[in-house]
Amino acid sequence: MGYAAGVGKTYQMLEEARELKAHGVDVAIGYFESHGRPDTIAKTEGMELIPRKRIEYRGSAFEEMDTEAILARNPQVCAVDEFPHTNVPGSDRTKRWEDVERMLDAGIDVLTTMNVQHLESLNDQVWYITGVRVRETIPDWVVHQADEVVMIDLTPQALLHRLERGVVYGREKAERAMRNFFRESTLVALRELALRETAHEVEHRTIAETAPAARHAGVAAAIFERQKILVLITADPTTAMAIRRTKRIGDFLGAECFAVAVQRAGDAGAMPEAEREAIERHLNFARNLRIETRVLEGDQTAPVLIDFARRNRITQIFVARPRQRRWRLPLLARDTVQSIVNLAKDMQVVIVSDREPAGRA
Amino acid sequence: MTPETRRKTPDDFLREAQAEERAARGGRLKIFLGYASGAGKSFRMLDEVRRRRERGQDIVVAAVQPRVPPEVQALLRNLEVVPLKSAGDHPAIDVDALIRRRPAACVVDALAYDNPPGSRNATRWQDVRDVLEAGINVIGSINIQYVAELSEQVEAITGKHVTQTVPVEFIKSADEIELVDAPAGQPMVEGSAEEQLDAARSEQRLSKLRELALVLAADVVDHQLNEYLERHGIGHSIGAQERIMVCITPRANAGAMIETARVIAERFHGELIAAYVNQPEISPAGRAALEERLAIARAAGARVEILDGDDPVDAILEFAEGHGITQLFIGHSQRSGLWQRIWGNPVDKLIRGTPGMDVRVFPQ
Repeated sequence: MGYAAGVGKTYQMLEEARELKAHGVDVAIGYFESHGRPDTIAKTEGMELIPRKRIEYRGSAFEEMDTEAILARNPQVCAVDEFPHTNVPGSDRTKRWEDVERMLDAGIDVLTTMNVQHLESLNDQVWYITGVRVRETIPDWVVHQADEVVMIDLTPQALLHRLERGVVYGREKAERAMRNFFRESTLVALRELALRETAHEVEHRTIAETAPAARHAGVAAAIFERQKILVLITADPTTAMAIRRTKRIGDFLGAECFAVAVQRAGDAGAMPEAEREAIERHLNFARNLRIETRVLEGDQTAPVLIDFARRNRITQIFVARPRQRRWRLPLLARDTVQSIVNLAKDMQVVIVSDREPAGRA
Repeated sequence: MTPETRRKTPDDFLREAQAEERAARGGRLKIFLGYASGAGKSFRMLDEVRRRRERGQDIVVAAVQPRVPPEVQALLRNLEVVPLKSAGDHPAIDVDALIRRRPAACVVDALAYDNPPGSRNATRWQDVRDVLEAGINVIGSINIQYVAELSEQVEAITGKHVTQTVPVEFIKSADEIELVDAPAGQPMVEGSAEEQLDAARSEQRLSKLRELALVLAADVVDHQLNEYLERHGIGHSIGAQERIMVCITPRANAGAMIETARVIAERFHGELIAAYVNQPEISPAGRAALEERLAIARAAGARVEILDGDDPVDAILEFAEGHGITQLFIGHSQRSGLWQRIWGNPVDKLIRGTPGMDVRVFPQ
């Protein structure tokens, strides 16, 4: 786990692969990206590299990891760079992490690399910090499954120094990068995120290994053993943020999460096409993050939602804060949030803020 | 826009402040932080020294651990060493010799040592401070076990009491801190059931120390960033750390709210703040109830902030925005009664709130 290109993730991964090989473990490199860095390339010398697969897409040739060749070769351990990578259309699987899952299923141990900004539940926070919407994301549960998460740390000063010397990218590309993602305050913030995320991953594993009864002492146990979180799904684009935030807080509290949409009875057909699609997309997104989803019927959202929450012993309801428009407040959406707050007198209601990088030039 | 009128970015301030500090102290301090011996701190540190020397820096070794693994020995062979001054088993770095030699930088492996009686300073980290003041850069290393403020937590994990420590303030004063992380242990396949249990327990202990080290590094990074931003009057709105603020009123029953906030802050390794907006007419009973609630908040580890303002909601929002609050906790009762009659519905106002901050409304 790192926080930017150039902190040394690939180098460290190859170092570990070499060490394993020196100890007689059967290791192969499934995919690696040198970025033209001589130090990194040197680390692959004498290591078995499984050739990439060429894929034609729209008249151009792309190179991807050859998962089938790796499965056929069946090494004990395989090193795979750039975990969040999206495969070119026409590949067997959409995401590299799905290729890795396939390898794990076949009994191959995998070493892989990623930056913290690719974690799905942090997508909005990263947008807020960097002003960049990261498109290639990994669902949190995939990272949670890892046996180990190790932080590859480097101070931003040292990283910027590496960039200036042209170690990370070529000199020209470095100058461009330094104007955007690699501003010092941005790097400091991303590094803090990565450190806290790794601490959380370590804690998660420590807790999982301890007897459940010893998990939390005293009152905390009473309050947190039974936490159940529900997130309201609507067609509003802010819903995606609410889902990520629900997942993140739910994970940290060890809570069960549900995603619920409310539609007017027998009226699904009358709903505008775009709205129906948006709701379906949000429900799918929640499912991909391993949140259980339900679609309820009723005329008014708030009472239907609260009734479901009571019956299912929900303790916290998450709703997106309606997006603001200066010239027109979305009254209906605001009324729904208001009604939920007013009706849910026996549970906590969290109004999830958007995290747009507004005004952070 | 001319260069003179360009508004300074946070990065400009950051760099300026760093320059100021460096100028004041002379030497720069870089610390490698680890969680156990054998995690590779010494190697990482000396490898950096090797690279700096290759770039032509004048750098010497002022102290290394008494026993080093072969790969570290190999690195040491090519480096200049200023020998330790020994008094029995108690070696100390030779500050005078270092200052006479005046290299650009020196390496001090393991900062947490007490010096022998009669030395210039009682501890090694104070020696390092002197070396820095003489304008020599220092690269040092420390394990999480030897941070003074964490010694109780460490003892609870390891069962061992550590006497030679370094204050956390010294670590926070470093210009750079770098974490040396590694998995806590190799899974043990063979051995008796008892040995396997022992191995699992020791791995568990190491994982807890590892977590402490990661969180301390994150806190130091956060501290550095915010110190610079704050000193130059820039509100922090970075959002890398969860900052939870509980709004306390004399009326609201704050117990469950504070306890929930405490647990969430703990899980996220975040900051906990309890805020109260001064109200002009408060009854003696109200005052007593308020003090009791603030005492609960303090006991939960919250920093208490007393705010002033004509409109309590505005006061809360202004503070929250200026301090990078990511989660605001309020009680239900705040949306009825006096507040509502005077200021309208505060929840409604808070819902429109501020970007980057969730609002959590509690049942009463």
